[in-house]
Amino acid sequence: MSLLEIENLHVSVDGNEILKGIDLTVNAGEVHSIMGPNGSGKSTLAQVLARRDAYEVTEGSITFEGRDLLEMKPEKAACEGVFLAFQYPVEIPGIGNTYFLRSALNAQRKYRGEDEMDAMDFLPMFREKLKLLEMDDKLMNRSLNEGFSGGEKKRNEILQMAVLEPKLAILDETDSGLDIDALRIVASGVNSLRNKGRAMIVVTHYQRLLNYIVPDFVHVLVDGRIVRSGGKELALELEERGYSWTEHDAPLAAGARA
Amino acid sequence: MSTDMNVVHELASKEYEWGFVTDIEEDRIPKGLNEDVIRLISTKKNEPEFMLEWRLNAYRYWASQERADAEPKWANVKFPPINYQGITYYSAPKQKKTLASIDEVDPEILRTYEKLGIPLAEQKLLANVAVDAVFDSVSVATTFKAKLAEAGVIFCSFSEAVQKHPDLVKKYLGSVVPHTDNFYAALNAAVFSDGSFVYVPKGVRCPMELSTYFRINAAETGQFERTLIVADEGAYVSYLEGCTAPMRDENQLHAAVVELVALDNATIRYSTVQNWYPGDKNGKGGIYNFVTKRGKCLGRKSKISWTQVETGSAITWKYPSCILQGDNSVGEFYSVALTNNYQQADTGTKMIHLGRNTKSTIVSKGISAGHGQNTYRGMVKIMKGAQGARNYTQCDSLLIGDKCGAHTFPYIEVKNASARMEHEAATSKIGEDQLFYLQQRGLKTEDAVSMIVNGFCKQVFKELPMEFAVEAQKLLAVSLEGSVG
Repeated sequence: MSLLEIENLHVSVDGNEILKGIDLTVNAGEVHSIMGPNGSGKSTLAQVLARRDAYEVTEGSITFEGRDLLEMKPEKAACEGVFLAFQYPVEIPGIGNTYFLRSALNAQRKYRGEDEMDAMDFLPMFREKLKLLEMDDKLMNRSLNEGFSGGEKKRNEILQMAVLEPKLAILDETDSGLDIDALRIVASGVNSLRNKGRAMIVVTHYQRLLNYIVPDFVHVLVDGRIVRSGGKELALELEERGYSWTEHDAPLAAGARA
Repeated sequence: MSTDMNVVHELASKEYEWGFVTDIEEDRIPKGLNEDVIRLISTKKNEPEFMLEWRLNAYRYWASQERADAEPKWANVKFPPINYQGITYYSAPKQKKTLASIDEVDPEILRTYEKLGIPLAEQKLLANVAVDAVFDSVSVATTFKAKLAEAGVIFCSFSEAVQKHPDLVKKYLGSVVPHTDNFYAALNAAVFSDGSFVYVPKGVRCPMELSTYFRINAAETGQFERTLIVADEGAYVSYLEGCTAPMRDENQLHAAVVELVALDNATIRYSTVQNWYPGDKNGKGGIYNFVTKRGKCLGRKSKISWTQVETGSAITWKYPSCILQGDNSVGEFYSVALTNNYQQADTGTKMIHLGRNTKSTIVSKGISAGHGQNTYRGMVKIMKGAQGARNYTQCDSLLIGDKCGAHTFPYIEVKNASARMEHEAATSKIGEDQLFYLQQRGLKTEDAVSMIVNGFCKQVFKELPMEFAVEAQKLLAVSLEGSVG
């Protein structure tokens, strides 16, 4: 059984159809990249997978570990192991980073019937993960994302992923706003989290990120449809020839079922 | 409305947990108000002549105000006229004799306080909190009296203070809030039946938190308590009050007065967790909380700090204030006011700077949910002689849903050019993106909302004594249940 199975997914926002029939299969251990120009529907797909309810699914299905993901509320999907690294992480004043992350982890552990983690157990594990992302633990005493630079916010997303250890991580434009050093740190953080049990969907605009996080599959999303799928070399080809090159090749979309 | 918001909505409509009635025999006087009633109250309390005179003076002033229809109408709240003759002004649990110790308090009343989470039996008390419990019109028990007496601290019911410390009462009663201050203060001065009295002598740091718990039980009564706290030179005291009432369809009036006096180098911290019955989901019933609270920083370098968490009452009308008379004195006001369903709050503070180099800080956090209307009204006045005065004001509003309202009325009056004033204000909404972010990490909607709200209030909660900060957070979560529409 595949970890994630998307079939003929149609999604509308305020009556406008954004996704027009997406098919995608992701198995545990695989890293898929979704590339595409602005407005092609990449972020919509990411948000629908994380169960944001501003999006209306008009047709099709998504199954996660054989269960209907579309039936799940965001917190349930999260507890089942779906994680979204946000393109624009929000700031929430007055909530400490560490407190928040421990609350989130414990909410998930509780859902799975595991014991909640107290601060004594949490902190050593947390410090390890901080090192992984080369983050200053002073940041952790501050409010959630408040006053963080763009790069710090993105690193914080990956830190959260490292703590929550999801089965499926969706990285939405994680490279945007990162300078080259931050990009390297984030990518190595992500790479260290790659394993046989975990799948990732890396949504990106540019090929640059894929030099660091090398995907197993690349899909090109144009105007709500996957128009091309292939291996990592597809990303390079795109970089050279631009997205317009793919737009006339819709029939190749059949290859999306990797 | 999204499904998330629906869940939040359900959350906000959680029931009031403290709405039960204790079945107990009451000694109550007939409804209505006139000079005879004042005399009757004074007689019941076996008061000295000066108290009766004081009450009658206040009553005559109040009656003239009532005839002149001078009930304050400037607040941003709406309610039908109150029938002051329809209220019972004195109700007390029946007791046969004076109590020698807490063991003699009616077990029904003790059970009430236990249900409220305020066990009065001393051994069960939170370490280091002395409690005075006021049930309807009278104080039923004051704990830890002996230990306080050792330190020289007087902490007793107001009635007892009138009997045992008449000189102190005479000296300070009405010195901060005279009966002519406002309509409700006059009413309170005429009919107040009990409350708490604290005196901390020179150089004494009160060894424990002092706390009063107010409970309205009887129907069709008002509660009019009066609290007077005096901190003598170099003294320190931290005081907390909490309040609840049964659920009733009628509106009940609570018109309290609190006076604080801080002499040279003295500090008073006064914290309130107010959870009077707010009325039902449709706005029926609930307490009218019309309260006058004021502190006077009489001495040099004295400090008065108000912290309030206001989650209850149908209507709150309350402006804990500081008169900064002593040079270098400091006034602080930290407030969280939450209105849900049809609750209305018009609350804030007044900082009156008289002395040189006086400093005030105002941090107000208003949360509106449901159809709640939340108004911040604050006045900062720098008088001519207040050379080098400073004020910092921050008032923030958080809106949950789209049927509630937040209003801000700051008044600033500066008569000395050396004053430094800062004012910051912000209004925000609990955004769907904030909620979604927290949910995406696995938190349930109600936990996410309560986390966001607690974060918003953090600046104020950190001013509360530890035990009460926890209580306040829980209270906020409960009060928000069913809040988003």
